[in-house]
Amino acid sequence: MSGHSTYVPKSPVMKWFESRLPLFGLIHSSFVAYPTPRNLNYLWTFGGILSFMLVAQIVTGIVLVMHYTPHATMAFSSVEHIMRDVNYGWLLRYLHANGASMFFIAVYIHMFRGMYYGSYKAPREVLWILGVIIFLLMMATAFMGYVLPWGQMSFWGATVITNLFSALPIVGEPIVTWLWGGYSVDNPTLNRFFSLHYLLPFMIAGVVALHVWALHVVGQNNPTGVDIKNPAKDAVPFTPYATVKDAFGLVCFLVVFAWFVFYVPNYLGHADNYTEANPAVTPAHIVPEWYFLPFYAILRAIPNKLMGVIAMFSSIAVLVFLPWLDTSKVRSAVYRPLFKQFFWVFVAVCVGLGYLGAMPPEGGYVIAARVLTAYYFIHFLVILPLLGLFETPRPVPASIADAVLAKHGGGAAAAVAMGAASAPSKK
Amino acid sequence: MKKTTLLIAGALAATLAAFAPAHASGTEKPPRVSWSFAGPFGTFDRAQLQRGFKVYREVCSSCHAMSRVAFRNLAEPGGPGFSEAQIKALAAEYKIKDGPNDQGEMFERPGRPADRFPAPFPNENAARAANGGAYPPDFSVLAKARTYERGFPWFLFDIVTQYQEQGPDYIHALLTGYADPPQGFPLQPGQSYNKYMAGNAIAMPKPLSDGQVEYPKGPDGKPAAPETVDQYAKDVTAFMMWAAEPHLEARKAMGFKVILFLIVFAGLLYFTKKKIWARVHDEAHA
Ligand code: HEC
Ligand code: HEM
Repeated sequence: MSGHSTYVPKSPVMKWFESRLPLFGLIHSSFVAYPTPRNLNYLWTFGGILSFMLVAQIVTGIVLVMHYTPHATMAFSSVEHIMRDVNYGWLLRYLHANGASMFFIAVYIHMFRGMYYGSYKAPREVLWILGVIIFLLMMATAFMGYVLPWGQMSFWGATVITNLFSALPIVGEPIVTWLWGGYSVDNPTLNRFFSLHYLLPFMIAGVVALHVWALHVVGQNNPTGVDIKNPAKDAVPFTPYATVKDAFGLVCFLVVFAWFVFYVPNYLGHADNYTEANPAVTPAHIVPEWYFLPFYAILRAIPNKLMGVIAMFSSIAVLVFLPWLDTSKVRSAVYRPLFKQFFWVFVAVCVGLGYLGAMPPEGGYVIAARVLTAYYFIHFLVILPLLGLFETPRPVPASIADAVLAKHGGGAAAAVAMGAASAPSKK
Repeated sequence: MKKTTLLIAGALAATLAAFAPAHASGTEKPPRVSWSFAGPFGTFDRAQLQRGFKVYREVCSSCHAMSRVAFRNLAEPGGPGFSEAQIKALAAEYKIKDGPNDQGEMFERPGRPADRFPAPFPNENAARAANGGAYPPDFSVLAKARTYERGFPWFLFDIVTQYQEQGPDYIHALLTGYADPPQGFPLQPGQSYNKYMAGNAIAMPKPLSDGQVEYPKGPDGKPAAPETVDQYAKDVTAFMMWAAEPHLEARKAMGFKVILFLIVFAGLLYFTKKKIWARVHDEAHA
């Protein structure tokens, strides 16, 4: 990958600084000169959207903490205090609560994008695995955040999920007691969850930095899955091309975000969480936040508790091995007719699992959850390895520029996209 | 190719639907009420909130607390719109426990606007003891703490239609949903039959009856709104929604401006993007 700094400091102060710490050169090479494939579609704007959402969660979270009290007897009241008495407290809280959901919507789109275009394949394995780590940290962060308002669903969700560890033989019970800091979910649990909920987003930020670093070493994938061969023809500089496109994508995303925050702010939450936690009253249905539902369905699909827990964690762990489970040499689903169909079936299975996770674990729901759980694993462990061996991919274009030209119906080649930015428009 | 995918997805959906057991529960779906605070431009009807407050005060407050709402809230923008003087007078009618004083004793004093509504019972156990073991929940957030199952696919449409009033619809239905139990329906002493309560047995005796609360009279000497159970239920529910979400009006008003701004901004960015990318596309065709 080219794209090394072409940054030349102009003022003497900047020259002085740059020769001691080439910070602006790094920024320039990463976000200005960085060659980005010219054929990226809007699915590629979700990386920027995710970065924005992380910052938004940290900023709203830090201000919420100024008014929030992490104590079992006061947490619920302090959140109501934020909603009623703090200036724009309702806005902060709804931004933060819905922001978590938007974060997950974005990350799921981002991950399915990666699966569709084979972005996890060599040389992007480390990049992909760092993404899976971010996803895990996000899940931990959101789970612990949901406990903080100390409503009924906070309390019972925490009880159910922490109790999962009790399925482990011998060490199970001591681990649960250790997690709780006592013999049930109580104030010590709330306190440690609060501490970790504050810490983890900064760890996410650290892993995001590694993720972006890895990205800038190996370069972005693109809808053809073909590497950049000639940056002058296949790529455009990040600024202004990707910046303006990402900005447009982000603002469209924010319209959806604002719709939820201002018009249906409790849609993605649970009514039960507006009742203060009460260890003596178990809610009729204990349901996790929507973004955990597919995993919750997998957990409940298996009759044995320990096996259920193992299946649930494996369903995420399997993602780490995806780069080696998919045996096809061709990256993009665009040139893999069979894989493309299996991909959409897999998406439907994930959505179906999400639906089943919200339903009571009885009768037909359980059977359906078992079928879909089995399919989920078969997709990764059987279909993907075999597909690479038996599928005949369609011919892959020689270069990104060729693919673009073919699409636009152009005849002659010779695109000087890279030059387009350095030289001002020639018209 | 696309067709196969669609077929498979359709088959999946059909399987899911076939497996889904019919919902076995005796409770009915609450009927929809047209609330003034629904929708993107929703606002509370001040007169309705004032009437609802009257119902709360004269009927419900003997059992239900509303501990997170302060008297002063009733005069704040977006609420029932009482005047400062009215609030002062209202607060003074309540006795508030305060202290300890210099002698170390607790004492009672008249309420001030900054005080919160005092609870009818000193604690939950006292409330249960007076209500046959059932606890009348606090009203402060109750309108947001109740809902009913919308089911597929309605729950998806609700995002677009902004149907968020499941709680109020349920409460209105509950208050008007008392009926004679069907033959042989088991009720414990102190329980009443209600069409909308989970399990159909509720420990709250029918709280409202026609003509129970006197509404302010219009110029023609007739009440400003019908003095019926249905109207009382609507008014007190609207009041409960305000109590649960006192900044609802500010939220929706801001939302409109924010979304309008974002759409215009998105439009500008779209044309900027088009202009910038035009250079690349032009040269691709060159
Ligand atoms: C005599 C005391 C009493 C009065 C007066 C009273 N309630 Fe209740 N209310 C109760 C009790 C007790 C419960 C708990 C019922 C149960 O759990 O079965 C309750 C429960 C409720 C519930 C929650 C039902 C649910 O879904 O759990 C609502 C809503 C409610 N009351 C509204 C009102 C309104 C509005 C008024 C005034 C018009 C009112 N109540 C007057 C005693 C009362
Ligand atoms: C990865 C980023 C983050 C995610 C996904 C996230 C997620 C969540 C979620 C789901 C809730 C529950 C919301 C509710 O229903 O009320 C919550 C609450 C909370 N979070 Fe976060 N959060 C993040 C970052 C932060 C940060 C960085 C802070 C502080 C520095 C913070 C502070 C809080 C506080 C104080 C609450 C309780 C108040 C409330 O419930 O609204 N969060 N978070």
